[in-house]
Amino acid sequence: MIEVQNITKHFGSFRALDDVSLAVPKGKLVALLGPSGSGKTTLLRILAGLEAPDRGKVILDGVEATEQKARDRGIGFVFQHYALFRHMTVADNIAFGLTVRKGKDRPPRAEIDRRVAALLDLVQLSGLAGRYPTQLSGGQRQRVALARALAVEPRLLLLDEPFGALDAQVRKELRRWLRRLHDELGLTGVFVTHDQEEALEVADEVVVMNKGRIEQVGSPAAIYDSPATPFVYRFLGNVNSLPCAIHDGRAEIAGLSLAIEAPNSGGEGNGIAFVRPHDVEVRPPADGLPRAVVEQLAILGPVVRADLLLPGNISLEVELTREQQNHLSLAKGSPVGLSLRRARVFAGA
Amino acid sequence: MPKNNPAKPWRVIPGFGLTLGLTLGWLSVLVLIPLTSLFVMASGLSFEQWLAIFADTRVQAAFRLSFGGALVAALINAAAGLLVAWVLVRHDFPGRRLVDAMVDLPFALPTAVAGIALAALYAPQGWIGRLIEPFGIKVAFTPLGAIVAMVFVGLPFVVRTVQPVLADIDSEVEEAAASLGAGRWQTFHRVILPTLAPALLTGFALAFARAVGEYGSVIFIAGNFPGLSEIVPLLIVVRLEQYDYVGATAIAAIMLVASFVLLLAINGLQRWNRDRLSRGAA
Amino acid sequence: MRRDESPLIRWLLIALALGFLGLFLVLPLAAVLAQALGKGTDAYFAALTQPDAWASIRLTLLVAAIAVPVNIGFGLAASWAIAKFDFRGKSLLISLIDLPFSVSPVISGLVFVLLFGLQGWFGETLRDHNIRVLFAVPGIVLATMFVTFPFVARELIPLMEEQGREEEEAAIVLGAGGFKTFLTVTLPNVKWGLLHGVLLCNARAMGEFGAVSVVSGHIRGLTNTMPLHVEILYNEYDFVGAFAVASLLALLALLTLVAKSALEWRLRDEIAALRQS
Repeated sequence: MIEVQNITKHFGSFRALDDVSLAVPKGKLVALLGPSGSGKTTLLRILAGLEAPDRGKVILDGVEATEQKARDRGIGFVFQHYALFRHMTVADNIAFGLTVRKGKDRPPRAEIDRRVAALLDLVQLSGLAGRYPTQLSGGQRQRVALARALAVEPRLLLLDEPFGALDAQVRKELRRWLRRLHDELGLTGVFVTHDQEEALEVADEVVVMNKGRIEQVGSPAAIYDSPATPFVYRFLGNVNSLPCAIHDGRAEIAGLSLAIEAPNSGGEGNGIAFVRPHDVEVRPPADGLPRAVVEQLAILGPVVRADLLLPGNISLEVELTREQQNHLSLAKGSPVGLSLRRARVFAGA
Repeated sequence: MPKNNPAKPWRVIPGFGLTLGLTLGWLSVLVLIPLTSLFVMASGLSFEQWLAIFADTRVQAAFRLSFGGALVAALINAAAGLLVAWVLVRHDFPGRRLVDAMVDLPFALPTAVAGIALAALYAPQGWIGRLIEPFGIKVAFTPLGAIVAMVFVGLPFVVRTVQPVLADIDSEVEEAAASLGAGRWQTFHRVILPTLAPALLTGFALAFARAVGEYGSVIFIAGNFPGLSEIVPLLIVVRLEQYDYVGATAIAAIMLVASFVLLLAINGLQRWNRDRLSRGAA
Repeated sequence: MRRDESPLIRWLLIALALGFLGLFLVLPLAAVLAQALGKGTDAYFAALTQPDAWASIRLTLLVAAIAVPVNIGFGLAASWAIAKFDFRGKSLLISLIDLPFSVSPVISGLVFVLLFGLQGWFGETLRDHNIRVLFAVPGIVLATMFVTFPFVARELIPLMEEQGREEEEAAIVLGAGGFKTFLTVTLPNVKWGLLHGVLLCNARAMGEFGAVSVVSGHIRGLTNTMPLHVEILYNEYDFVGAFAVASLLALLALLTLVAKSALEWRLRDEIAALRQS
């Protein structure tokens, strides 16, 4: 178990982390998700010992490690731009962490060679041991960086934007590969990303960060289905935010003339209702249903995205299947009726 | 909540104290303390002593030659350097890379060697001296000789500051100017020259600063006649040889202040140059 | 087409530029050779084998052998401190390191005369202990170190700043110590830049005239470096001797230029690779 407790960190007058506490269970892969400046990379670097917190503790496997030097923490770190040693071959890069050990801690040369070969095999780069980093593609460099970090058999693997510098296709492949690798090796890992899709796909647990604070911690499903704050809703994207008035535990969404239950929304007054496009049901216009007009239709493969215009000039994005579209014979300008399957209301937001 | 030892900053990479200590220590011992000693000594001079030094026409003449000659030499270098940079960047010709490498010769050639070589060339029987003598032009052992030497030592500066900026000018910019109806000359002086201006000015200032302080190459060709072809650094040496430490120190202090002012100006110019370049790239 | 002048102007510009460079660069070099060999090769080699000429060569090599390694040590320390850490006053420090470049060589010598001369701050102390700095080898070494002070540091600082700190951090997370990280990661990354700085530093150390001239005392066979020896022979109208020694210095300059150009091509490739990755 890896823990940080009440970590605060300033850079000059900028507060990068504000009283952050987090526990990473053994064997889990955790994503730190947030926009740039949210403090996620700072938290990762504090775990590695590359930065020191102003306040708070780092506890590795039950032992306080706040004052421990980076080189003694036994952590594997994969840098955003890989930081491969450019004058060393792939094999020498991977062997580095073993060859710098002193005295009896250093494995004999044959043992090092054997481990390097095994790691090259693991990251599927067996033929490239003698190459230099500049002779590799981005994805290959990434895997060398990973093998180098794994060579020291770290108790915790940290990855800073591991797929950030790759193009879309390679990024997708590596994502799945990393997930499989994690399941195979049973490592404890933390990675930083600003890409919600990446976090949801790869991680066991997602930590959403904003302005140096943790907004929510949970499984990918929990994070997506029930965001705890307006920020998490907005950051995960793919959501309509509609102004509403809250009264007596119910929210009146303007333009929809629709009242929904708003438990725990915290009082009276104005608020915002968050509705995901696929949580809006589109029906034929009927009495008693709020009405809207189709303003724009876009066919995105199997699904159709429709921009609806509600009374009061409010836009609403909905998603439906091609079948539903055919069934309703939707076209630009069609009138429709609506109902909401799910919405979440926050007061004052 | 315990506050983690704020007195000792956390540095992952070791060796900060050691290397910064070595740097500051060696800088102080070798550069700062010696330079300070010069100013401390100069500050001990009375007003009358300063006045006497500057009332000396020999001192005045030396300053005129060092600064005036350096100005002329830097102007020549600005024009010739721009031409050389232009030709090296824009045109290909046999031996271009060799010529490019040769431009740095004045950085590598000891000044004394340059001095005696120039003196041999421009002496009345020398290869060049012989040719220009019939026209009544004398270079060796005149102020003109000092300027020739100053041109030599300042030659690489303008070329090396202008070259990268010129190479960076996007051909589309010129094509745009041409498509808007500008002629070749108009494109040059309304589009290219303003882009080069900061670099050109930086190179000019660097060449000027170098020429002002130059000693080795000048003294062999200038003839060193007091009041006529004597430069300030030589005057400092003369004063030292006469054991006139006060005079040498005073003149040196003035030179040093002038160099620092130039250094500040050059730093400002370089920042301007960089800002313009980076803004162009953004 | 739009970028190019008409052929006539083009060749005129090239001719003008080459003419200027020929006049100021090629002719002086040719003059050195012509004068050195003016009385035949026997006279040339006789001049070079003079004991005083030998003594000046030995002294020049000795001075460079002290000044250059000290400069390397300082340059590495300064660039490590400046490029790998953040601290206040960094840009002031960089400016101060460059300072000796803007000081006239004569003044660079003068400051040591003011410190170590008989009337200087330490003059009497040195005399009482019978230590000679001025008009002796230590003074020459000091003046040479002063004028060459910025060479290696100003070469390495921008290079190391460009390379960043991630590789060093990676090495340390993998368990390497500071010195090991420097030797195995940092030094190999800057070796060509370091060599470039060393070449320029060495050329200046061997060729320095003004500063050394002020502190040397011009004692033949004892405190004359090669450039100073050139001056003495020249002033004695021994032109073959002066230009013979000068030709060695010119050869050194040419070799420096060749090596420097070769290195610059390499460096350009490395920096291009760096920017790309």
